[in-house]
Amino acid sequence: MLDNIQKQLLKEVADLYKMPKGAYNIRANGEKAARNTTENIDIVTKEDKPGIDIIIKDGTKNESVHIPVVLSESGIKETVYNDFYIGEDCDVVIVAGCGISNCGSHDSEHDGVHRFFVGKNSKIRYVEKHYGEGDGSGKRILNPVTEVYQKENSYVDMEMVQIKGVDSTHRVTKAELAEGATMIVHERLMTHGEQKATSVYEVELNGEGSSTDVISRSVAKDNSEQIFEAAIIGNTVCNGHAECDAIIMDNAHVVAVPKLDARNVDAALIHEAAIGKIAGEQLIKLMSLGLTEAEAEEQIIGGFLR
Amino acid sequence: MLELKDLTYQVEENNEIKTIIDHLDLNIDDGKFVVITGPNGGGKSTLAKLIMGVKELTSGKMIFDGEDITECSITDRARKGISFAFQQPVHFKGIKVLDLLRLATGKNISVNTACEYLSKVGLCAKEYIDREVNSSLSGGELKRIEIATVLARGTKFSIFDEPEAGIDIWSFQNLIQVFENIRKTVKGTVLIISHQERILNIADEIIVIEDGKVKKHGPKDEVLPELLGTADAVNRACSKMS
Repeated sequence: MLDNIQKQLLKEVADLYKMPKGAYNIRANGEKAARNTTENIDIVTKEDKPGIDIIIKDGTKNESVHIPVVLSESGIKETVYNDFYIGEDCDVVIVAGCGISNCGSHDSEHDGVHRFFVGKNSKIRYVEKHYGEGDGSGKRILNPVTEVYQKENSYVDMEMVQIKGVDSTHRVTKAELAEGATMIVHERLMTHGEQKATSVYEVELNGEGSSTDVISRSVAKDNSEQIFEAAIIGNTVCNGHAECDAIIMDNAHVVAVPKLDARNVDAALIHEAAIGKIAGEQLIKLMSLGLTEAEAEEQIIGGFLR
Repeated sequence: MLELKDLTYQVEENNEIKTIIDHLDLNIDDGKFVVITGPNGGGKSTLAKLIMGVKELTSGKMIFDGEDITECSITDRARKGISFAFQQPVHFKGIKVLDLLRLATGKNISVNTACEYLSKVGLCAKEYIDREVNSSLSGGELKRIEIATVLARGTKFSIFDEPEAGIDIWSFQNLIQVFENIRKTVKGTVLIISHQERILNIADEIIVIEDGKVKKHGPKDEVLPELLGTADAVNRACSKMS
């Protein structure tokens, strides 16, 4: 079963203190560590490649699936393919996430390829947290690929969080939306040390009345580097909005590349990007409440990334 | 008591030294409700910022409760009991009104306690407590929240830099009431920078700052009639010209 380090990682990435209720699949050091299925949610191991299929029946409501991954051995490299087949008229919460504890000298890498097939009128909330720890010289690397295919009037709300300890990440998220579908993305990212993070979004609004809102808030500290690319393609009457808001500190480097691609006169697409340091007035205000400069900075960043 | 001794603050502009505060001496006694007024550009806001440590003195000394605070940081002054309501409150993305009030008190105060501070500045607490302190709030709302943070700290010396600046006349009417209430209930020393007659009218003492110096300092009953007299005289002269 899970050891203490693995349990700690689970707490960080999935807020799990014990086995979750409902369906779950916990993967530890490349192996299945625990699984539970329910009447409505089935989890099946893939036979052709590493990974699982998560099959959610039509009409499944108020249920959750947890599929966290933890790596606590140094030097593991894996690519895992997880496919979510979500029926019609569902309302479910999916919690993924990966925690790496690398105390060794070899790189640990988990590349999760997640595909979501969201049925008509279904509502999904997807939460994905990435976390790294350990003082070894081996790097902690996460390269997630997320593909989302949304049927008519479906609603997907994605929360992607990477706050600490991941040395290198290259995230690619692609989505295709049918009529009336909505996709909301909230990404929160903090990099420090020598970390590098790239996040690329491409959302295609194919169905009439489809809409998306991609919001990224990030903080880049020390010598870290962040690249944020958001492309929204409007093929029909649709609404798209992308926003990148970054705080830059120390010697960090932040690149924001918004791209709007309208192929229809009724595609309403907007992007906003802002990069800047913490405002001196903000620090002064909090210091005038009795906080030290370091405490003030922590509060400002904490609020910004909430 | 706050003692300001021979304060000077200079800035360099276009290779020239400009004196904003000029060898200023001033004592402010404990428990007084003091209003600083004077012409624009006379150095009022600068003086307030020097007291909080937001700007650094060129020369002079500042003694607070017998202790030399000249070299103290903003944080140290705040911890020794000085608070400041800024003329232009800042925005914080993600920080909620409740968070800011908790930071101000330095305690994890309950929602009820936080609401009391908001009520004191005339805000319907439950509408605001969970709002972020960002640009979705109006200038008047931000100003009140700013004042609430100072009330929440409850320090022995509170400075309000032009609370009336940048708010509309309707908000202003309410704000006057807020200060009338502060006048009645607050225990420490209150120092307000203001041009408003109604605020001047509730002062114990009025200080007039002009050209970086204290031009007048005395009880309200003494200073206010003089100020109004001057204004009346100007108005009369102007009306004759038109």
